[in-house]
Amino acid sequence: MSGDYVNLLADLKEDEVLALTKKRLDAKEDPMKILEDSRKGMEVVGSRFAGGEYFLPELVFSGELLKQINELVKPHLKGAVTQKKIGKVVIGTVAGDIHDIGLNIVDFMLDVNGFEVTNLGVDVPIEKFIKAVKDTKTTILGLSGFLTPAFDAMKETVEALEKEGLRKNLKIMIGGGQMDDDVRKYAKADAYGKDAMAAVALSKKWIGAA
Amino acid sequence: MFKRTDNWSELTWQQKRDLRFNKWISGEGIKFVDKEAEKNYQARATRLAQAAKMEIPDRVPCAVPTGWFPAMNAGITLKEAMYNPEKMKWAWLKFVDEYDSDTFDGTILFQAPVSDIMIDKTMKWPGHGLPDNSHSAYQYIEGEYMKADEYDIFMKDPFDFQLRYLLPRTTGIFEPFKDIPSFSSYQGLPQRLMAMSLDPKFQKFLKAIQDAGKQIPALRKADSETTQAAAAKGFPMFRGGLAIAPFDVFADNLRGTQGIFTDMFRQPDKIHEAMEFVLPKLLSGAISMADATDCPVVMMPLHKGDDAFMSDKQFETFYWPTFKRLLLEMIEEGLVPFPVAEGAYNRRLEYISDMPKSGVIWMFDQTDMANAKKTVGRVSCIAGNVPVSLAYTGSVEEMEAYCKKLIETCAPGGGYILSGGTTFDMAKPENLRIMMESAKKYGYYK
Repeated sequence: MSGDYVNLLADLKEDEVLALTKKRLDAKEDPMKILEDSRKGMEVVGSRFAGGEYFLPELVFSGELLKQINELVKPHLKGAVTQKKIGKVVIGTVAGDIHDIGLNIVDFMLDVNGFEVTNLGVDVPIEKFIKAVKDTKTTILGLSGFLTPAFDAMKETVEALEKEGLRKNLKIMIGGGQMDDDVRKYAKADAYGKDAMAAVALSKKWIGAA
Repeated sequence: MFKRTDNWSELTWQQKRDLRFNKWISGEGIKFVDKEAEKNYQARATRLAQAAKMEIPDRVPCAVPTGWFPAMNAGITLKEAMYNPEKMKWAWLKFVDEYDSDTFDGTILFQAPVSDIMIDKTMKWPGHGLPDNSHSAYQYIEGEYMKADEYDIFMKDPFDFQLRYLLPRTTGIFEPFKDIPSFSSYQGLPQRLMAMSLDPKFQKFLKAIQDAGKQIPALRKADSETTQAAAAKGFPMFRGGLAIAPFDVFADNLRGTQGIFTDMFRQPDKIHEAMEFVLPKLLSGAISMADATDCPVVMMPLHKGDDAFMSDKQFETFYWPTFKRLLLEMIEEGLVPFPVAEGAYNRRLEYISDMPKSGVIWMFDQTDMANAKKTVGRVSCIAGNVPVSLAYTGSVEEMEAYCKKLIETCAPGGGYILSGGTTFDMAKPENLRIMMESAKKYGYYK
């Protein structure tokens, strides 16, 4: 049953996967097992996206399905859900920029690849990045931006982290819209990633998992 | 205002386009500052029109995409440019005097004082959600401004949908309209309006509309005086109208990314039906704008159909069919669609090559230009690709090398305009200048 379940979610069969979720809950199955299967299903979605079979519509819709599954399962859970993560990444769209489509894809892909992601959202002031780096003790920071003002905002964010003495043990990647390697040099970041798969590859490399 | 000839319906699309282009090139009605300016205007417009038609002009035209750069150049904040029309006009004309280009990129399209009064909830701009000294002009807040189950309401009565569903969500002063019955009846309107005029909620609305309306003349005056003055100095505006792809009407504006991508699985037929519904409206809008401005070029910023957003199959199913028909129908009217493919269109090149030769100009952002030249470049004029990152962070030498390579790759045989991949809201002044100089240095056809 759990193999079917994973496939139904990965193939985005909304009615079927929700019906099976209810059926499994009615049969008093361990809700943690259902969540584990849905995590596996999302992993398949992630690898299909990385492989060019799935695109944004599939990612968005799979997220929509997962949300519904979680809502069904939640009342049956006892205690908190903890999952083993392979590393931490803090991400956010820099100050003055409110775009988040790319940011959320990076969040999704890092998450299904086992990272604990702290997503600070959009228009993130420098101080908030600094606080999050301190609080999470992350070694990886992802700066997202879409428009040209992000060039300077990224540069200023990196400089501020340097000033705080946080830069040394931190790898910084940038991406989004008009970002490229020229901007990476300008902002003094460590890497530019052209898509969410690059963010995963860089993060894995930096934690020594790739 | 463009007037059709008596035999308009018997003309080929190329003849219609030439009539429109000729009117634009003539500069009829422009009060040129001198003979030289008139000559320059016509030479620039001719160069652009020839490139668009895939003929060989004297040299590669260069359209420096200046966006909000004139504000930066004049040392005023974007907020000042938005709220002070006279200052905007001064800054934009200062730019025209200081920089060479084959085009004038136009003034700002955003009316901040109006948006303030109307309580625009779909935008952030300096002083309104963004800091006063922000380097970013205005940014769109995506949302599901039309709900998943409202496609039919939208198609049944777009006026009612706009008034009672869309505007109360997007524009604060319209909020009271969400609670009232429809106006779409054949009688009773005067009574309804009189009753509303006594209701404090609607009195507030009417006052706001009036206050916003009072802002318009000064904004419009500065805008048209700037465009006219740029033309009078010899710089044509290469944009007579704006349109968008039918899919983006929903993906950008009404349903948002999240909404439309969910609809693609749950109710694909509704998307198709709704795209069919908006297609003729987009067409007639484009025609009337081009008629009014006397310029046949219709700029079309494209968003949700790029390589990263959807698969080939999804592009072929959802994005391309109605967009293609819109392009063809625009061409048939003698218009020149000018799609701006933001992001990358590397996997779309084959689809978009299926167009009548010289009917469309394609502006590319991060698309591989050598491939573009080999594919869509055989049937359409191509433009763009100079990165804004280079314009802002690169050296003059790097900028020149990039432009030179682009010209060598794309110019042979005609059908190429040197331009940016996106607007250069921020750039080094010397990098804008070297762009134009590169067109002159490397772009002459022998």
